[in-house]
Parts: sequence; structure tokens; C-alpha cells
Amino acid sequence: MFVYSTMALRFIVRSLLTKRMKYLSSINRYRSKLPDKPVWIEINLKDLPEIPELTVDMIKHIERLSLVDFNNQQGIERLHSAISYANRLATVNTDGIEPMYSVLEDSELMLHEDSITEGGCRSNILQNASIVDEDYFVAPPGNIPLKQNNKNFNTGESVS
Amino acid sequence: MATFMSMRFTSCKLCGHPVRRGIVNVSKLSKRYKATKLKQADTLVWEPVIGLEIHAQIAANAKLFSGASSQYGGAVNTQVSFLDSALPGTLPVLNKRCVEAGVTTAIALGCTINKVSRFDRKHYFYADLPAGYQITQQNHALANNGEFKYFVYGKYETDCVEKSARILQLQLEQDSGKSLHDDIAGRSLIDLNRAGCALMEIVTAPDFHTGSDAKSFVRDIKMLLVTLGTCDGKMSEGSMRVDANISVHKPGQPLGVRSEVKNLNSLTSVKKAIDYEIERQISVLENGGEVINETRSFDVDTGETLPMRDKELKQDYRFMPEPNLPPLRLYYTTDKSPSGTQQRVYVDILEKEIPMLPRDKRNYLIEKYGLNSYRANFIVNALAVELFDDLVKGKNIKSFSDFLMHQFLNLISQRDLTVAESNVMSSDIDKLYEWYQHRELSLENIQKIVTGLIEKQGASAREIAETLDLWQINDEKYLTDLCKQIIEENPKHVAKYKRGKKRALDRLIGQAKQKSNGKADLSTVNDILIKMMKTGAE
Repeated sequence: MFVYSTMALRFIVRSLLTKRMKYLSSINRYRSKLPDKPVWIEINLKDLPEIPELTVDMIKHIERLSLVDFNNQQGIERLHSAISYANRLATVNTDGIEPMYSVLEDSELMLHEDSITEGGCRSNILQNASIVDEDYFVAPPGNIPLKQNNKNFNTGESVS
Repeated sequence: MATFMSMRFTSCKLCGHPVRRGIVNVSKLSKRYKATKLKQADTLVWEPVIGLEIHAQIAANAKLFSGASSQYGGAVNTQVSFLDSALPGTLPVLNKRCVEAGVTTAIALGCTINKVSRFDRKHYFYADLPAGYQITQQNHALANNGEFKYFVYGKYETDCVEKSARILQLQLEQDSGKSLHDDIAGRSLIDLNRAGCALMEIVTAPDFHTGSDAKSFVRDIKMLLVTLGTCDGKMSEGSMRVDANISVHKPGQPLGVRSEVKNLNSLTSVKKAIDYEIERQISVLENGGEVINETRSFDVDTGETLPMRDKELKQDYRFMPEPNLPPLRLYYTTDKSPSGTQQRVYVDILEKEIPMLPRDKRNYLIEKYGLNSYRANFIVNALAVELFDDLVKGKNIKSFSDFLMHQFLNLISQRDLTVAESNVMSSDIDKLYEWYQHRELSLENIQKIVTGLIEKQGASAREIAETLDLWQINDEKYLTDLCKQIIEENPKHVAKYKRGKKRALDRLIGQAKQKSNGKADLSTVNDILIKMMKTGAE
């Protein structure tokens, strides 16, 4: 009885071991790009490019260009930390490596024949516009700059 | 020191008192003279530097990335696809014809074609750009480093000079929609028919130094594009727009700050805007100010450039590669790569299909007929090479080319028409020239007939000549009588002529023209009048 149980145990253990070995060898056939052990590189913050001073004028300029509202001091600090996080890319050595512009690099760019296949759907195009005048979209005039809201960036109150 | 020369004593015209009058000769040593000369020399020292960006709309049926029609003048917002109005879920698909047009133009401009080019996004917010970005080719364009030779006309025909300008880049890009500014109601009306149409942007090096150079370049490159069939060159319809980057500097010193004048849409505005901007920058710098790097627009009515208010802040376009489009690859039939199932653009096939270029036509005219470069360029630019070829057989080349240019081609170019659109048959021109040679029609009446034919006032030249009775009168008796009448009616002018003023004779001839309704043979009239006045004087 005892012999049978040890034999059974040994049998089970051996089958598990072979399974594990098969598994391990199958892994080794497709060599993993992941390192076996975690690799941690310390980045010396002084090696990174300097973050420019984020003046109020610069913040206003960025807000106008991107139409993103920074609102208050927290928003600016978030911007600062985002820049410092992105700056870590400067430590990667890219000498002699062609930049990859998109994951579609190797695919063929489709060309379509020069024939008219779309258009003539004015009612569809205009259906979501809030104001339409004689089939034109109506937009605010383009030549006048937007009203500058003078914000107090410390408290987030706006004083126009 | 002023010195008086050639004095005479006369009486004052107002009060009659005797007065001494003379011509003042300002000596070249005077301070005022020197100061003026210095100021003039200073302005001459400034060297203007101009670079051009030409946006030419590609002549294709559909737009660059969508299948909507690109025809001019369609009903508002009827030629807009979902991609053009930037509805989410749409993707751009490149139009093959637009790539072919870009490659053909690049070959004709002698550029190096890039086998791989990429599309980028140029971001800015404006109501006529629904997506908020324009797909263009900023960093890896279709072609680079070409050269284009063009002719600059001078005051006389022999002053025609050939110059050359470098082409830095030729790229494909999308057009934006059209916005009509309603200042009274404080709004803009947006028509997206033009949004997404294919444009070729031709960027030149700053190789121009005057408005006249730039205008001649645009004129000749317009002819090249029309000949290739890649653009219809109708600047008034917006098929071709020019942006000029202008700065001034003193030779030997670094280049000055440049300003950009956008959206010049005719040849005359190109010249006027550039000349005005050069003068404005020179006067700003001479008064101790600084030229601001800004975008300006040209006001056609006042002839001035004005800053564009919504482009005051320096624009940051945040260029990024277009993620929805793989690189554009061009092929040669000799390439070893396996042929795919895709449609491909083969550069060498396009090169073979290029028609005879304007410069070849010019050289043909110069070599075959011995025309000077001004006339050859004029005839080529008027698309009249075939007409000239047909009609000049057996005629005196110089006199016929003169006739064709001044009595016909000038008139149709003033009305912005081509030879084909003018309704004038080549047989009509032949006949008119024959009548002119046989002194049966004066030049002025020939122009009347040509105008009449253009405006469809008659079926043929002969018909108009008969209807308006324009035949030249060479009858000696009639002309002698006419001259007698004129001399009797204009004693003042006759007296002036006798005193030595030749201009008075032109006045008398003008009278003859008027009285005979343009029919009198003016050279005979000239001779008769002179004879009569000489005998009259004796």
C-alpha cells in the first residue's frame, strides 16, 4: 500500500516535471524578448533636459493653441510633471536608428481612381450644424481674437 | 551756389511789369543736391529678398483623399463627403491622379523625385478647416531641389532677360473650405466644397529680388502647369494662389526679418504687393524701427498690405506624422520589387507622357523663325504657337509676328481669353493681315473688327467691315480735301506746328482720324498735311 502511494506520488511528480520541462523547452524555442529578471535603470535627473519656466504668458499661449484649459495651479503642476515624465525619453540612445513614424510603415498605400463617388448629400452634411443660413454653415467671424479671460492661476478664479 | 544761365527780359504775365527770367542751374556742390543724392543712394543699397510659395489646385475630378467632386462653382455644400466635413469614423484614401499630377510637375521642374514620401498633419483652428488639421507633406515631400528658368520683360523687346529660380520643395496637400466674411452681421459663412481638394505647393528658394521677377516667374510657371494639364491656371477662380515671403537687407549683412503676404490671386497683385511691402519695410528700417515677422494680406483696392489680425500670435502648427496613411511609394518599371495587386504610380511612364514643354516650344520658335526671346515667350504664353505656325507661311516673319501680337494676342489677353475661346478664326486673321498689307484697312479699324468678332457682332471679318464701313480711304482727292478742311478749322495748331512743335501735327492727324471715322490712310494724311503747311508757310 505504502509502496503504491509513493510510486503513485513519484509518477505524478515525474509527469508534472516532464510537463514543466516540455513547457520550458517550448518557451525556449521562441526566445523571449523579455528579460528573465526585472531590470531597473536609475535615471540621474540632472542628465535630463531642463524644463523651461512656465510663465503665465506661455500658459495662455498654450491654452489658446490647444484649447485645453489649465484652470489653476494644480493644472500647471500637472503640466510640469508631464513634461518631466516625457523628458526621460532623452536617455534612450537612438544613434543610427531610422525613426518609425507609424505601425503601418510596411503596408501598401491604397490609391483610388479619380472618379466622383461621394458628395451630393447636403442635408446629411448640414444636419448637425446648429445654425445654417441658405445652406452655408454659420460660424463666428474669424478675424477677431477670442476674448481673453484673465485668470488668477493660483485660485482658479477668472476675472474677465 | 545757384548760378543763373540763359536770362531773358520779359513781362510778367499777371501784372505786365518787366521781369528777368532764367533757368536756374543748381550746382552739384550744393548741400541740397548732395543730401538728395545720398538719400536716393541709401534706398538703392537695400537689397530685397523674396521667396514664393505657389498653391496650385490639381486638375482632377475628385478631391485628394475623398471621392467628392472638385469642380469649381458647384452649389453650396453639395460637393462634400463625410471625410471632408470631418465626421468621425472616416479615413483618407489617396487619389491616384493627384499623385501623377504632382510627379509630372516635379519632373518638368527638374526636381529629384523622392521614392518614399510621407504625409503630416498641420494643426490650427479655423472655421473652414473642419478637422482642425490639414494633411500635408512637410518633412518628406514628394520632390525636392528643382530649377525653373523664366523670362523677365523689360522696357524694350531686347531687354528681355532669362533668369532662373531654385525650387526647394514640391508637396501634396489639402485645401481648406471657403469662408465668406459677413462683417455687418458679425459672422462667417462656410462652404466646404473646396475643403479637401488637392493642392500642389511649390516652394521656391528666396531667389527673387523685385516684384517684376516674381510676377514673371508666376506667369511662366502658370504656363508650364497649364501645358502639362496639371492645373488650369485660372487665378481668378482660385486655381492658383501665391504667398510671398519678403525681407530686405544690406548686401554683405545677414538676411533681415521677413514678413509673409498671403493669398495673392492675380499677376498684377503679385507685383504690386511685393513692391509695396519692400518699400514699407525699407521705410520702417530707415526710420529706426524693426520689421515684425507677421502675416499680411494685400488689399487690391488701396494697393497696401495689411496685417491679418487673427494671425498675430506666432502659430505653432504642432506637425505630426499622419497616422492613418502609410508612406507613399513611387516605382520605376525597372524596379526589382514584386508587382503587387495594388495600383502603382510609375515615374518613368509618366516621364514619357510629358507633352512638349513651353521652353521647348520657345526654342522651336527661336530656332525656326529667328524670333527674339520676348516674342517667342509672348506667343508661347498666349498658346498661339500652332496659329503662328499655320499663318506665317509665305509672310514676312517680323511684320506678321508684330501684327499678330499687337492686333490680336494683346486684345484677347486683356479679356482673359485663350485663342480657342476668342471666336476669331485663323482665316479671319489671315484676311485681316492681307488687307493691312494692301492698305485696305487701318490698324485701328482692324482692332475694331477683332473686337467685333470676339463679341460675336458678325460672322466674319468681311461682314463686320462691310456693316460698319471700315474700309480705308486712299483716294488722293478725298484726303487732300480732308486736310484742307482740317487746316482751315485748326489755325492754332497749324501755327504751333509752324513754330516748331511737332506734337501739333499729331493733333491734326487725330482730327483726320475722327472726321473720317478711322478710315483715312494716316501716313498719306501725314505727308499731305506737312506739304500743305510748308507751302502755306511760304
